[in-house]
Amino acid sequence: MTGRTEPTLDMTSPGQWHRRHLLAIEPLSREEILTVLDVAAAMKEISQRDVKKVPALRGKTVVLLFFEPSTRTRTSFEIAAKRLSADTVSFSVSTSSVSKGETFLDTVLNIQAMAPDAIVVRHRSAGAPYFITNYIDACVINAGDGSHEHPTQALLDAMTVRERLGRLDGLKVAIVGDILHSRVARSNVFLWHKMGSEVWVCGPPTLLPPVFRQWPVRVTYRLEEALEGADVIMVLRLQLERHISLRFPSIREYFQRYGLTRERLKYAKEGVLIMHPGPMNRGIEIESEVADGPYSVILYQVANGIAVRMAVLYLLLGGATG
Amino acid sequence: MANRLLIRGGRVIDPAQDLDDVRDVLIEDGVIREVAPRLPTPPETTVLEARGLIVAPGFIDMHVHLREPGEEDKETIETGTRAAAAGGFTAVACMANTNPVNDTAAVTQWILERARAVGVVRVYPVAAVTRGLQGQELTEMGELADAGAVAFSDDGRPIRSAQVLRCALEYSRITDRVVIDHCEDPDLTQGGAMNEGYYSSLLGLPGMPPEAEAIIVARDIFLARRTEAPVHIAHVSTRAAVELVRWAKQKGLPVTAEATPHHFTLSDRAVYERPYDTNLKMNPPLRTEDDVAAVVEGLADGTIDAIASDHAPHRLDDKRVEFDLAAFGVIGLETAVALALDRLVHTGRLSLRRMVELFTVGPARVLRLPTPTVAPGRPADLTLIDPDQTWTYRVEASFSRSRNSPFDGWTFRGRAVQTIVGGRVVFEAPAQQEGRRGRK
Repeated sequence: MTGRTEPTLDMTSPGQWHRRHLLAIEPLSREEILTVLDVAAAMKEISQRDVKKVPALRGKTVVLLFFEPSTRTRTSFEIAAKRLSADTVSFSVSTSSVSKGETFLDTVLNIQAMAPDAIVVRHRSAGAPYFITNYIDACVINAGDGSHEHPTQALLDAMTVRERLGRLDGLKVAIVGDILHSRVARSNVFLWHKMGSEVWVCGPPTLLPPVFRQWPVRVTYRLEEALEGADVIMVLRLQLERHISLRFPSIREYFQRYGLTRERLKYAKEGVLIMHPGPMNRGIEIESEVADGPYSVILYQVANGIAVRMAVLYLLLGGATG
Repeated sequence: MANRLLIRGGRVIDPAQDLDDVRDVLIEDGVIREVAPRLPTPPETTVLEARGLIVAPGFIDMHVHLREPGEEDKETIETGTRAAAAGGFTAVACMANTNPVNDTAAVTQWILERARAVGVVRVYPVAAVTRGLQGQELTEMGELADAGAVAFSDDGRPIRSAQVLRCALEYSRITDRVVIDHCEDPDLTQGGAMNEGYYSSLLGLPGMPPEAEAIIVARDIFLARRTEAPVHIAHVSTRAAVELVRWAKQKGLPVTAEATPHHFTLSDRAVYERPYDTNLKMNPPLRTEDDVAAVVEGLADGTIDAIASDHAPHRLDDKRVEFDLAAFGVIGLETAVALALDRLVHTGRLSLRRMVELFTVGPARVLRLPTPTVAPGRPADLTLIDPDQTWTYRVEASFSRSRNSPFDGWTFRGRAVQTIVGGRVVFEAPAQQEGRRGRK
């Protein structure tokens, strides 16, 4: 098993994929999602080799442009790019410099001048990756934009569920927490709806306003109802760094109502998958016994993140041109 | 030697006289001399063939931001009034949020002097309600009115304190000038970037709930009732606000309202269809399709008194940024009349006469200006419209110094083709057909 450098997947026909950018899950078709997941499944094997590298994207430059602190997503993209032999440059810009330093557009134009092949962008403003596409020739991958979307997160979640449960349809997926501000929730709602599963969203009404009833989801403020018969539970990070203090009286009461505890797991289906996009607030949205317990697939999500991001990079940068 | 202009054979639509018929209009030395079905051509007269055109009293845009003094890189009185003329307006009322703020008679007078020197159309300054637009102390409304302010407004921001607005309304009675309020509860809209609703939830953008407008409209209506002072609601954008104004009018309260072309044309769905296009960001934000329908109903049934552009020029740098950081506002002087024709008249939702009212007697009544009419003895401020000319708006050719229009590249049916201020043609659209104009 050592020293193989050619991927085993038949990469000449990666299925449905004609997009230049990955900006969101919402515009994707079911087939496009399946294409990413199929390619990701093949990519996963590369990470299990002794030499975790294939030459698929040799000579390509991937810029990681992170305007928001992130360790896991940036590292994941960087490792994914490197395992495909792309060169990576990481560009972290502190958000505080937005008001005094270079504008976002100038930063983007400077990077464009360096002729990268792909830009992976994380930004606190919803729509920032869309904005970039107006000024840049490179492929743009959204690594999380404000409260809008985080498409690779939903894709890696789907990959994890498919590996574990063998299917993507007919499931009950419960998403719990700050739905209003969560890009992970948005991307997952679109994805699971497209795949034919039933999505329940649950959180305090201040973080789950009535407008979400217009979404293709079931809305509940009672955690037990969301968990009832669930196949998958996605616990969202309570973003305490946002100004959400008015939205609920105390972390204590939040945990009492919405914290995922051992006791509450009994409502879910036997063998339920517990997921969290990280980083976790242990003891706030999820109890450690659950996060580290037998149903948790949180670390598998992280591992699959690499495979999904390899697949996305490959489809955007390598698939079309061979 | 008299300076004469004869506008021949146009369809005069003059709501003040209840006139809609073909007339010749003779202008002499900037004043309308005669209006009659058929006039002889006096010697030494320029003749403007207006067959097929509508001749209306000069249009007034009662809500624009000319940015001068202080932000001349966005707009000046000269460029803004050129854009106004190109849009068919013979007069504009300019808001007080300049730098310095128009909160003293000196600034009001400066604006008027500047407008006399470089302005292409008439300029009516609107003075601030409170000093520095701070929402705390009243401006010297008496002196400001004497200096030429036609109304008072802190537009750009709401008057936060109900007590301050109450005093402003009461005190404004010494001037016979209206207070114009930008109705928005700033706590509810804090951090917001677009209408709060389905599309903001899809786009993950912080929302501005429609109730933030309705709550303040309701407050203002009750204060108008208490003080018996007129209040004008700027740029109504929601069904709730339209219904509140309708209720106030039914009760006989001194409440008037205006609506903008972007609010009767676009809904918040546009922000989804043109994802995160900052030229779709304004305040109040684009609302739902139901709100758009309510605004159109309000324009048709008389609830809304005027169409006003809320022309708000911004630097490219303030728009070419992330959506949530972009400045609020769009330019609109050059597209307002075309949008009214294309979207309201040609769709059968508004009669031509009603549209003319909304641009003439409507705003004039709100601002206590002389009634615009095509009658002998009146200043020759006229707007000539070709209701059927098809044309495409190109923002790079705009007379405005700014480019922040959501309508760039739109094709319209109908436009203002000649703008006449004091008998002078200040704008003439590129002719679509030959032989419309001739000199005898």
